[in-house]
Amino acid sequence: MNVLKAVSDFAIPVLFLVILSIAVYRDVKVYDVFIEGAEEGISTILRIMPSLVGLMVAVGVFRESGALDLLVYALKPVTKLLGIPPEIVPLIFMRPISGSASLALVSDIIKTYGPDSFIGRVASTMMGSAETIFYTLTVYFGSVGIKNIRYTLVAALISDVVGVIAAVWICTLVFGS
Amino acid sequence: MLNYIWLGMLVMGFVIGILNGRVEQVTKAAMDSSNNAVSFCIGLLGVLCLWSGLMNIAEKSGLVRVISKLAKPVLRRLFPDIPSRHPALGAMVLNLTANFLGLGNAATPLGIKAMHELQKLNHRKDTATDAMSMFLVLNASIITLVPSMVISVRVEAGSAKPGEIIGTIWVASACAFIAGIIATKALSIIWRNKP
Repeated sequence: MNVLKAVSDFAIPVLFLVILSIAVYRDVKVYDVFIEGAEEGISTILRIMPSLVGLMVAVGVFRESGALDLLVYALKPVTKLLGIPPEIVPLIFMRPISGSASLALVSDIIKTYGPDSFIGRVASTMMGSAETIFYTLTVYFGSVGIKNIRYTLVAALISDVVGVIAAVWICTLVFGS
Repeated sequence: MLNYIWLGMLVMGFVIGILNGRVEQVTKAAMDSSNNAVSFCIGLLGVLCLWSGLMNIAEKSGLVRVISKLAKPVLRRLFPDIPSRHPALGAMVLNLTANFLGLGNAATPLGIKAMHELQKLNHRKDTATDAMSMFLVLNASIITLVPSMVISVRVEAGSAKPGEIIGTIWVASACAFIAGIIATKALSIIWRNKP
């Protein structure tokens, strides 16, 4: 498992070096192109900010009222069986529904329990490995007017559940619980 | 869908908050959360700009196209119904590559283009084809090379090793990806004679 840690440590510097060397080889004006792309980062943030405000307020109210505790409590038997820390459960439900809301949840979990705690690492892994299924299906099928999506959602949810279990498993294996 | 969930969370939150006698806390949470959302975005801005800039270099230097070319033989196996050289394949490869590299902005328009191409091969225009289902499941479960969003959140929270979760994310996504492919293939056989 030290291999995985090493890969994680070296991934970013190596990626920088590979991309930059290829760019220099292809005569790309690296700095100009970088600035152009960095501007896109700003517009991305501007685009997600309104939905993040809306969803973080909903999440904040839902959590502070005690409604979230009720939900987590109701599902305790299932999550315990799978070895999932109860603090992560809200994230599991939110991840397929909304990218920005789960981002809000993840940052909240990470701030509360610390990024380098077991819970923080599992939450990070789950956030990075799962996708906003409902959003993707709505946008893509909506773009061509498909109404009967047949088994697509079932297949996507199966993949999501496997990802959640795998995230807990691999974090236990690599970092210990 | 999201409309109902958002509405449900707010209504349930306020009602349960009132019942629990936590009116003040709930009101404060609403105000604080909106503030937090904005400061959170500002905290993310730097790393996201850095990453978008680097990925733009990767795109302009032709790295994205090379990856597309490498992935083509694999995709042909996953989409047996699509004639080779059909533009749907190219659009899907580009979309999946963009997702793989974490180019969210580039991925969505490419994915919609791919869906339009797939719709041309569809005989029943309001019903999803097997190829569409496979494409969407792949799209939703594909591995992200560098999960920049998560890393920037961890940097913001003061992690000693913000990048240490890259390896575990790869393993978890690979499991989800393989499970997605198997589930889609199996379900397409089960669903064959259903509408």
